[in-house]
Amino acid sequence: MAKIVLDKLTERFAPGDILETGSQHGNEWARVVPAAWFQVAEFLRDDPSLRLNMFVDLTCVDRLPREPRFDVVLHLYSSEKKHRVRLLSGVPDNQAVIDTLVPLWPGANWFEREAFDMYGVRFEGHPDLRRILMYPEFQGYPLRKDYPKEKRQPLLRRLPGSV
Amino acid sequence: MPLTFYSSKLADAVNWARKYSLFQYPFVTACCGMEFMALWAPKYDVARFGAEFPRFSPRQSDLLIVVGTITERQAPVLRRIYDQMCEPKWVIAFGVCASTGGFYQNYSVMPGADQVIPVDVYVPGCPPRPEQALDALMLLQDRIQRGEGHSQVVLKQEKGFDVPLAAIRPIAKAGV
Repeated sequence: MAKIVLDKLTERFAPGDILETGSQHGNEWARVVPAAWFQVAEFLRDDPSLRLNMFVDLTCVDRLPREPRFDVVLHLYSSEKKHRVRLLSGVPDNQAVIDTLVPLWPGANWFEREAFDMYGVRFEGHPDLRRILMYPEFQGYPLRKDYPKEKRQPLLRRLPGSV
Repeated sequence: MPLTFYSSKLADAVNWARKYSLFQYPFVTACCGMEFMALWAPKYDVARFGAEFPRFSPRQSDLLIVVGTITERQAPVLRRIYDQMCEPKWVIAFGVCASTGGFYQNYSVMPGADQVIPVDVYVPGCPPRPEQALDALMLLQDRIQRGEGHSQVVLKQEKGFDVPLAAIRPIAKAGV
């Protein structure tokens, strides 16, 4: 359905920016390099034939053995054209940085803070990149695959005798 | 009649009065609260036990009911509310999350409210039936009648440590 989006993308951007596109079960997706993340998102939002104006979701996936390790995933929907598209970008472990989308959609603010809180991906240019769910004293990023699953970081000292 | 006879009878009378005039503080954080509300409704009617009146100020209540999941981030809040309650005070952990952490075994959920506050009665279930909560209330009334309870004074006598000083100090260092 949103094949036109992918066609427009590959037409407008260089193959070095758009690494891969795909369509499965009616869901279109494109994988871009982190350097083109902001420009591609801006193009998708502003192009008159695409008008992907609604920011649906932004999250992150940890694909631990793979390199680049993290996938930042952006879901967009066009309330006008009624099509949606998924944008992915792989960021490496040693350079887990990607551009913020807050200038395009102010609602991206808390989503990016959550991705930072849970995965440690930093969003360049974010106005207020703090933890959003965990407490400031928390060390590490709990949804990373290498975070120990039994690890606890209590704020209060446990009562004597508790397990 | 020896004097001890009168003083023990007086304690019995005071405990009898206490167990039928519990003022509860509902610390409701999760879905267990929906089942907990049925307690006040006419069908289960906790008013029959003299415990129907929730005080939403810890300073005016003597029964803390922890209803729902307690996260590590909430632990200092729960602890502070417990410390603000006046003696004598009791705690019921309502549901498996408040009792043991339940099926949450992860980085964010505290494995039971008894990690930071002393609990008198545990109510298992996900969520528990209102009958279980009434049963827990009756068990607690028995404890109160016997003069038992995890008040800070009693804890200090039994185990020899001061609960608030030991627990309220944060142990983690600040930093992102």
